[in-house]
Amino acid sequence: MGKPTGFLEDIRMDNPSLAAASRITHFREFHQELTIEKRRIQGGRCMNCGVPFCQSAMVLNGRVSGCPLHNLIPEWNDEIYHGHLGHALSRLTKTNNFPEFTSRVCPALCEAACTCGQYGDPVAIRENEYSIIEHAFANGLIKPRKKSITTDKKIAIVGSGPAGLAAADRLNMRGHQVTVYERDDKAGGLLRYGIPNMKLEKQIIDRRIAIMEAEGVKFIYQTDIGKDISASQLLNDYDAVLLCGGAKQPRDLQVPGRDAKGIYFAVDFLSSTTRALKDGMLSGHYLSAKDKHVVIIGGGDTGNDCVATCVRHHAKSIIQLEMMPEPPETRRTDNPWPQYPNIKKTDYGQEEAITVYGSDPRIYETTVTEFIQNEKGKLTGVKTIQIKNGQPVPGSEKTLPADMVLIAAGFTGIETYISDAFQLPVNAHQTIETLNSGYATSVEKVFCCGDMRRGASLVVWAIAEGRACAKEVDAFLMDYTNMV
Amino acid sequence: MTKTLYEKRFEHDACGIGAIVNIDGRKSHAVVDNALSIVEKLEHRAGKDASGKTGDGVGILVQISHTFFSKVAKEMHIDIGDSRDYGVGMFFFPNDRLKRNQARKMLELISQKEGIVFLGWREVPVHPEILGQKARDCMPKIMQCFLKRPEHLEKGLAFDRKLYAIRREFEQSNDNTYVASLSSRTIVYKGMFLVNQLRIFYPDLQDSDYQSAIALVHSRFSTNTNPSWDRAHPNRFILHNGEINTIRGNVDRMLAREETMVSPVMQDEIDKILPVVNVSGSDSAMLDNTLEFLVMNGVPLPLAVMILIPEPWSNDIDMDRAKRDMYHYYATMMEPWDGPAAILFSDGDTVGAVLDRNGLRPSRYYITDDNTLILSSEVGVLDIPAEKIVQKSRLQPGKMLLVDTKAKRIISDEECKMTFAKKQPYGEWLDRYLVRLEDLPLPNKKLEKLNQKDRDRLYKAFGYTYEEVKNAILPMAQNGSEPTASMGTDIPLAVLSENHQLLFNYFKQGFAQVTNPPIDAIREKIVTDTTVYVGSDGNLLQEKAENCRVLQIENPILSGNDLAKIKAMHKPGFKVETISILYFKNTPLARAIDRMCINCDRAYANGANIMILSDRGVDENHVAIPSLLAVSALEQHLVRTKKRTSVSVILESGEPRDVHQFATLLGYGARAVHPYLAHECIIELIEKGLLDKEYSAAVKDYNQAILKGIVKIASKMGISTLQSYQSAQIFEAIGIKESVIEEYFTNTVSRVGGIGLEEISEGIEWRHSHAFDPLGLGVDTTLDSIGIHQLRSGADKEDHMYSPEVIIALREAAWHNDYEKFKYYTSLVDNEKIPHTLRGLLQFNTDQVTPIPLEMVETEEEIVKRFKTGAMSYGSISQEAHECLAIAMNRIGGKSNSGEGGEKPERLGTERNSAIKQVASGRFGVTSEYLVSAKEIQIKMAQGAKPGEGGHLPGKKVYPWIAATRYSTPGVSLISPPPHHDVYSIEDLAQLIFDLKNANQKARISVKLVSEAGVGTVAAGVAKAGAQVILISGYDGGTGAAPQSSIYHAGLPWELGIAEAHQTLIQNGLRSRVILETDGKLMTGRDVAIACMLGAEEFGFATAPLMTLGCVMMRVCNLDTCPAGIATQNPELRKRFAGKPEYVINFMMMMARQLREIMASLGISKVEDLIGRSDLLSVRDQSITARQASVDLARVLVKANPSMQDKVHYDPLNSFDFELEKTLDMSVLLKKFMPHIKNQTPYSCSLDVSSTNRTLGTILGSEITRYHQKELPDDFYTVQAKGGGGQSFGAFIPQGLTIRLTGDSNDYFGKGLSGGKLVIAPDPKSRFKAEENIIIGNVALYGATSGKAFINGIAGERFAVRNSGAVAVVEGVGDHGCEYMTGGRVVILGRTGKNFAAGMSGGIAYVLDQDHDLYLRINKSMVSMSDVTNKQDITELYDLIASHVQETHSPKGQDILNHFTEVLPYFKKIIPDDYRQMLEKINELEQGMMDHEEAKLSAFYSLVNTQ
Repeated sequence: MGKPTGFLEDIRMDNPSLAAASRITHFREFHQELTIEKRRIQGGRCMNCGVPFCQSAMVLNGRVSGCPLHNLIPEWNDEIYHGHLGHALSRLTKTNNFPEFTSRVCPALCEAACTCGQYGDPVAIRENEYSIIEHAFANGLIKPRKKSITTDKKIAIVGSGPAGLAAADRLNMRGHQVTVYERDDKAGGLLRYGIPNMKLEKQIIDRRIAIMEAEGVKFIYQTDIGKDISASQLLNDYDAVLLCGGAKQPRDLQVPGRDAKGIYFAVDFLSSTTRALKDGMLSGHYLSAKDKHVVIIGGGDTGNDCVATCVRHHAKSIIQLEMMPEPPETRRTDNPWPQYPNIKKTDYGQEEAITVYGSDPRIYETTVTEFIQNEKGKLTGVKTIQIKNGQPVPGSEKTLPADMVLIAAGFTGIETYISDAFQLPVNAHQTIETLNSGYATSVEKVFCCGDMRRGASLVVWAIAEGRACAKEVDAFLMDYTNMV
Repeated sequence: MTKTLYEKRFEHDACGIGAIVNIDGRKSHAVVDNALSIVEKLEHRAGKDASGKTGDGVGILVQISHTFFSKVAKEMHIDIGDSRDYGVGMFFFPNDRLKRNQARKMLELISQKEGIVFLGWREVPVHPEILGQKARDCMPKIMQCFLKRPEHLEKGLAFDRKLYAIRREFEQSNDNTYVASLSSRTIVYKGMFLVNQLRIFYPDLQDSDYQSAIALVHSRFSTNTNPSWDRAHPNRFILHNGEINTIRGNVDRMLAREETMVSPVMQDEIDKILPVVNVSGSDSAMLDNTLEFLVMNGVPLPLAVMILIPEPWSNDIDMDRAKRDMYHYYATMMEPWDGPAAILFSDGDTVGAVLDRNGLRPSRYYITDDNTLILSSEVGVLDIPAEKIVQKSRLQPGKMLLVDTKAKRIISDEECKMTFAKKQPYGEWLDRYLVRLEDLPLPNKKLEKLNQKDRDRLYKAFGYTYEEVKNAILPMAQNGSEPTASMGTDIPLAVLSENHQLLFNYFKQGFAQVTNPPIDAIREKIVTDTTVYVGSDGNLLQEKAENCRVLQIENPILSGNDLAKIKAMHKPGFKVETISILYFKNTPLARAIDRMCINCDRAYANGANIMILSDRGVDENHVAIPSLLAVSALEQHLVRTKKRTSVSVILESGEPRDVHQFATLLGYGARAVHPYLAHECIIELIEKGLLDKEYSAAVKDYNQAILKGIVKIASKMGISTLQSYQSAQIFEAIGIKESVIEEYFTNTVSRVGGIGLEEISEGIEWRHSHAFDPLGLGVDTTLDSIGIHQLRSGADKEDHMYSPEVIIALREAAWHNDYEKFKYYTSLVDNEKIPHTLRGLLQFNTDQVTPIPLEMVETEEEIVKRFKTGAMSYGSISQEAHECLAIAMNRIGGKSNSGEGGEKPERLGTERNSAIKQVASGRFGVTSEYLVSAKEIQIKMAQGAKPGEGGHLPGKKVYPWIAATRYSTPGVSLISPPPHHDVYSIEDLAQLIFDLKNANQKARISVKLVSEAGVGTVAAGVAKAGAQVILISGYDGGTGAAPQSSIYHAGLPWELGIAEAHQTLIQNGLRSRVILETDGKLMTGRDVAIACMLGAEEFGFATAPLMTLGCVMMRVCNLDTCPAGIATQNPELRKRFAGKPEYVINFMMMMARQLREIMASLGISKVEDLIGRSDLLSVRDQSITARQASVDLARVLVKANPSMQDKVHYDPLNSFDFELEKTLDMSVLLKKFMPHIKNQTPYSCSLDVSSTNRTLGTILGSEITRYHQKELPDDFYTVQAKGGGGQSFGAFIPQGLTIRLTGDSNDYFGKGLSGGKLVIAPDPKSRFKAEENIIIGNVALYGATSGKAFINGIAGERFAVRNSGAVAVVEGVGDHGCEYMTGGRVVILGRTGKNFAAGMSGGIAYVLDQDHDLYLRINKSMVSMSDVTNKQDITELYDLIASHVQETHSPKGQDILNHFTEVLPYFKKIIPDDYRQMLEKINELEQGMMDHEEAKLSAFYSLVNTQ
C-alpha cells in the first residue's frame, strides 16, 4: 500500500470542472486534471484492502457493486501513489482495453463499493484511471503493439461498440485476423453518437481506432450485416462471427397523443447533435431545443445528457420527469455499503440547468399521462400525474407546457434484423440467447456479446463481455486458449 | 485396517536425570542407593499412564559390581575371574520360549565365532507383581549373560570393543531381543516403571554388595503411553533429557557417512557393525548409537560428545583460538546434533555431563566433602547436611563437566576441551585446506543477464505473480527482511486449488511446541550459525589435515558472482559439475528425474563432488523439473547410494523466491541456492524505477532477508545452525501421493495422499504454456494477480473463503439476526464445488440414520456454552472490540479469551471480564489478580498464524493504556520470546500447569497447541501433564501480524490435528481426561459439526465474530489502521467501531441453530453423542478435479476404538488429580493463615520444605488475592521456610506476602511475582561462600510484574526474563540475564553470563563489573551501558543493596555497603535506549507541569510522530 494512513489524513479531491456558466457555451469536455502531485495523494487514499470490494462486481440487493472488469484497482492506485504511472498503466490495461472510455463515462461501480466509502468519501478511482490513461497517451506510452504471430483464422465482428472493440482488440493481439463491421460512418457505437461530447470527445475514439488499425484490425464502415452483406456470406468468409450489435430498441411511452410532432427518443436527439458538431460547434441540421419548452422523460444518465444538451441548445425551459421518488442525500440504512448507493446525484446537466434556469429541472414521482398537441399535430404540452407507491395520486394531475419531449426511458432490447439474418432466436428479454451462459450461440461459429446478449447496460459490462467472448472464440478456433 | 493419524515416530520424551559419582572411584552401595533416591524424588518429571500405575520408564546405569557379580556367579558355579575379566550383558528376551532359546543360542554362537568364551546365563531376579498392568503385559524375559575376556584383549575399551561387535552382530539377526547393555565396565537396569519401582523390581540393586562408584539415573516422561521397556533410559553410553530436533538429517548423513568412514581400529569388523544407527530407535537412542560408534572406533568419549554437541563457537569472539579451530575442523565433517539436551554419559571410568548450546535443560550439582559429585535436574533431591557441601554449581550452556574416576578428579570444561584442542594443529590444517567462498577469485566473465522478454516468460514459466514481486521480492530487496501480514489464510490447500500451486506449497513447516522449545534467533544470535560446507566430507574417524578440504559458505543464498566463482573454481580436492534439470516438454517426469540422477552418477564417477543443479535455459521446448523435486530426488538418491557425504548439491534455479521455498530446498538437501530469476527481478525493479537502490546492495539485502527467514524457520523448530537444518526434512506434506513421497521425499510425513508425478507435470505444463504459447500465439506477458493474500476477483484467481459476498452476507445476517441470510452465507462458504479445506471434501452420511425432530436436540442455549471467541489481546484489538466480545460471550455463557495482553483490572469481576485468561510466553499482565479472575487459564504454546514464533509489538503501538495493562512503558516496543522460558519440555509444561492450578484452583487449565504432525502425541503428553482442556488450532486461523511464510506454510489444518489428538488420546486411554477444543476458520454449523465428529467438544471462533463487528478483512491489523476500529488503538479509528454484543450473540446462536439442524438430520440429540462420530462422515462422492480426488482421508476418518469403558469425550470423573490437598499450602499454610486472611490480620509461620514441595506459597497467595482487594503492606503475612525449595518457589505471590527461604531452590523461583517478597539465603552452617555458589535455578522471576526478591547467591540462566516490574538483588547470574525485560530493577553484585539484556526494552539493571569485562557479555542491540553517576540512581542502588543486606545478611552486600564509594565506580547501569528516551520525555513534560498520565500520552505521541 502506498500510504497506510492516506485514507485518514487526505481528503478526496475531484478533478475541478469549468464553471457551468462557461462550459455551456461549448460541447467539449470540461474537467481539468489534478496535478501529478495531487493525483498521487488521491492514489494514496486507497487502503489496498485485503478484500477489495471495488473490483468484486458482486450483486447486492439486485444491483452490481464493484467493477465488472475486476480492474486491479488497488494495484494501480499504489503505483500512482509511488509515481510509477507507466506501471500503473500496465496493471490497468491488463484488465481493461479502453480505460479512456470507462474513465469518462462509467458510473464507477468501483467507487460505490470502495471500503473508504463506508466511512466517508470513496477513493477517486475513476479519475485515477483517467489520469493513468491520459498520462500514457500524452507521453506516447500507447503505441501500436506488434503481434507475435498471425494465424490463418479470420474473425468478423459485427458492431464497433465497446463490446465489439474489446473483442477485436484481444483477438487481434492473440494473432487472429479481425474485421469489424460497422453500419454507421464511424466506429464506437453508442460511444460515438449516444454519449455527448461533453462526456466523451470523439477524437478519443478516433485515437483508439487508429491504434487498432495500425495493429491490424480492419474496420469496414457503413456496412450493415443482414442488409448489405448477408449472414451466409459472412459465415462463409470467416471462421468465427461475433455479433455485438447492441440493444438499441428504445422504450417508448404509449400514452394518448404519442403521435404528436416534437416527441423524440433521447438517443436520436443526442446523436443528431453529435453528428452536427464540427470542431466542437453545431452546424447544419439537427434536432434543436432552442427556445423550446423541453420535457425529458426519464431520470437516468441519458436524461441528464439530454438536459445538458438542451441547455447548450438554449432551450426556453427544461423539465426532467422521474417516476421514482427523490432519493435521499445519503445512504438509507436499508442500503448500506457496499451496495450501490441509491442517493441523489446532481449530475453536470442538472447543475447547468440550475445555473441557467435557477431551479432544479427534476420532478420526482411523476409520469406523463397524455401528450397534448395542437390542431397541427404539434406538441404543446404534457399532462402529468403524481405516482406514490406505484399508484397515481388522484387530484395531482398537472399540465406542463412542452414543445419538445425527449423520451429517455431506456431500451427494451435488440433490433432484430441481425438475429433474423442469422436465424438466431430472441429470448424473452429481447436479447440473443447464448449457450451455457457463455457466448456461443445456437448457430455454429456465431458468438454474441455485449448489450446484444446482456441487454442494454454499461460500457464497462460491454468491455467485460467482449473480453470474455474473445477468450471463448479463441478456444473455439484453436481448441485451446491461453488467454487470461 | 486403516491406520490412524498417529505414527510411532511422533513420540517425544523428556525427563528427570541424575548422577552420583565418587570422584575417587571408591565403590559403595551408597552411591547406588542414593542415585535411586534421586530418581524417586523426580516423580514430577516422570510420566505415567492413565491408570497411574504404569510409568513411562525409569533406569540406572552403574559400574559392573565385581563384589556383587562374583557372588552371584559363584552361586551359579560360574568362574568369571577377576574384575573386568568378564563382560555382562543385560538382555530383554521375548517371552516365547522357543524364540528366546533361539536368540540365546545365537548369542552363544556369535561369541564363540568371535573367539569369546561364553560363561553362562543368569535369570535376573525381578518382582513383576509390583508393576502396572500395561508394564506387566509387555514385560520381557530379563536375563544376564557372562562372557570371558580373552587374554589378548586388554581390559576395558579393547574388550568392550569386541563385545560391541558381538552385540551389533547379534542385533542384526535378532529383532525380537533388546540388549540393554553388554560391556565389561557398565550395566543398565531399566524398565517401564514408576520412579519408586526400579529399586523394588530389581533386587540386585538393593543388594548391599552391589557397589559402584558411578550411578546415572533417568526417569522418562513420554508424550505417549505406549512406551516400551527398551525405550527407557539409560542407553549404553548416555542418558538424555531433551530432544534431537535435527535427527532426520543427522541420521541420513550418518548412514551415508558409512561409505566415507574408515576406522583405524575396527576396519576388519566394520561390516558387522554397520549400520551405525538403528533407525527404529528414539532420537536419544540414535545419538547413543552414533556416540558409541565413534568411541568404539577410537574417538575419545569426551571428544566424541564435543563433536556431536559442540558449544556455539562461530560467533564467540572470546573463545580460545585453538578451541575454535578444533570445533571448526570437526564442523566440516559433522553437523551439530541440535536440540535441547542435557546428556550424562559414562564408559564406566569417566562420567561426563554436557548441556546443549542453548542450555535449555536444567542441571545442578553439588560436591560434598567426601569427594562425591551429585548432579541432577534439580537440587534438593538428596538431603545432605549443609555443612557437608563444599560447592554448589550448575552445568552451563555448551559446557562439559567431566569426572575421571581413574585420575580421581574433576576435569573442568576448559581443561578438558583445551586438552583436545591442543592435540592436533587444527588451525594449520584449516589454513591449508579449508577454502572460503569469499577468497575464491571471480572469473573474468560477464554474468548472464536476461532481456525483458525472456524475463517475462520465465516469470510465467516459474509461476511468479505480481503479488510476490511487489509484496515479497521488492520489500525484501528494499528492507532486508521478510514482510509481515495479518488475518491468516483462507485460500484452498495447494492440492485443492484450481491454480496449480507450486510444489513448495504442499509442504508445511514443522515447529517446536511443548516437547522442545523454539528459540529466538534474533535475540540469541550468539548460538546461531549459518555457515555451510560444500565438497566431500572427510573421514571422521581419523584426524588428518585433508579432512577439512571443503568449501565454506557463510550465506547459502548465493549471488550470481558467488556461483560464478564456484563454477570456475580450480582447487585440488574439488570438482564442480553443472547438471541440467531441464527436460524436453512431454517427457515423462519420472524419466527426467532418472536421467538427472544418472547424470549425477556419471559426474560422480568422473570425480565431481560439487553438483550444481541448474534450470537455466527454459525455452519453448525445455521445461524444468520443479527445483524442490529435483533437489530432494537427488538427495534421496545420494543417501541410498551412500554418496551423500561425498557429494554436495547446489541449486541454480529461477523458481525459488520466497523464504519458505528456500527453506524447503535446504531442508531437503540443497547446500546452497542461487535464485537467478529472483535476482533478475530485482534488476528489473531497479531498472524500472520501482526500487531506488544499488543493485548489489539490493541483492545482498534480499539474500539476507531470505537467510534471516530460514534461520527463523529453523529456530521455530529449535534448530540453531543451518548446517543441521539442511536435510533435516522438518516438513509434513499435504496432498502428495505416497509413492512420490517414498521415492523422492523419503521419510517425510504424508498422511492424506494426494497428487502424483502426473499432476505435478500438469502444473509444469500449465505454467509453461502460459509463458510459451504452444503455437506461438500472443499471450499476456504481464504478471498475473491471483490474489493469494489479498483477494482478487475474477476468473483464474485463488478462491478465498472470506469473499466479498461472504463477508457481506455474514455481517447482514448477524446485524439483523436473519437466519435465512445466515443460511445463504453458509451456503456460500460450504459450496461443495469449491472446497478449500479437507472438511470441504467431506459429507454427512445420512443413509443409515433416522433423523429426529429438531425439538429433541439439545437447545441452542446449551450448545453455545461450548463456544468461545479467539484469543485476541487487548492491544491487538481495541478496547471497544475486546469488551464487546467479552460481554457477548458472558451473556450467553460461552467464553471470551483475553489473549496475551493482560486485562484492565477494572474489568475483572464485571460483565466485561474475559472468562479465559491467556498465559503466553510474554506473560504480559499475568498477575495473581488476573489469574484469580479466570474461569479458564489458557497456556498458549503456539499460535495458528505463526507457531513457533514470538511477537514483537513495535513501540508506536504501545499506547499508554496498552502499556498500563501490560506493565510496560508507552512507546517502548515489547518482545515476546518464542518459547515459554519455563517450558522446554513436557514435564516443564506439567509444572506450569501445576503452577497455574495453584494460582487459581477454580479455573480449568487449558493448553493451546497448533496442529502439526505428532500433535496427538503432544496432546497425550499434555493430558498426562494435567491439562483439562486441549485446544488444537488450525494453521489457517489467526489475526495479528506474522511473517507471510508462517501464515501460509507453518502448521496443518485442524482436521488433521483434532483427529490425530482424538485418536491418540483414545489409544492411550486418556480421552475422557480432557476436553478437546478446536479453532481455525470455523465458519459454519457444518464446520462445527465436522470438528465435533472428528473429536472436538468445544469450539473457538475469531474471524467470524470480528466480521459481525464490522471487520472487512482489510488485513492491516499490523499497521494500526483498521478502518473498522477493531484492530487499532488509534482513537480516531476507534470512534468508528460500530459493533455490538448482540451481533456476536446472534452469530453464535445461529451457528448453534445450524449445528442443531445437522444433529437432527443425523438423529443425534446431544453434542456429547456427536463427538468422535467420524463414522457419520464420508468423502464427498464427486470431487471437482483429479487433484482433489487424489486426497485420501481414510486416516482422518478412521474411528479409534476406546479400550474398555473409557468414554470418547470428557468425563469429569476422570479428571486429572493434582493432589493439591497434599501441598504444603493446603495441608499446612492455609490452615494456619486462612483465619487471618479472612480477618485481615497479620500472621507468620515457619516450615520445612524439600524439592518435592513445588510451587510453594502460590495457593496461599491466591487466597490473599481473593480476599484482599486493597494492597497490603509488605511482610503482612510471612512464611519462614527452610530446606531445598522445589520449582516455582513463591510463584505469583501477591503484595503483602513474604516468603523467606534458608537453603536453596530450583528453577522458576518467583515466577510471575505479583507484589510479594521473596528472600533466599544459604544455611548459615554452609561452608562455601554464598556469592560464589548457585542458590537458585534457571528462569527466576520470569514474567514478574511487581514485588521484590533478594537472593544471597548466584542464579542460573535467564534471570528476571520478561520481568516487568519486580525489584531484585542477586549476586551473580548465568547467560541471557534480564532478557526481554520491560520494567523493574535488577541489581547484580557479581558476574553475569553471556548475552545479558538481550531484547531488554525497559527497566534498569545495575551490575557490579569488577573486571571491566561486562561489555563483552552484553547484547547491545537495544541497551546502553554507563557508569552510575546520577544522584537518584546512586541512592536507588544503595538503598537496594541495603535492603538486600537487611533481608539476607549477605556478606558481600555488607562489604559493598562498607566501601560504597570505592566500589561505586565498578557498577554499571544498563538501560534500554528507547526506554530512557521515553522516561526523559515524560520527565521533561512533567517538569512542564503536566500531570503524569497526560505527560505519558504526549510523550507517546511525540515519539510516534518522530518515528
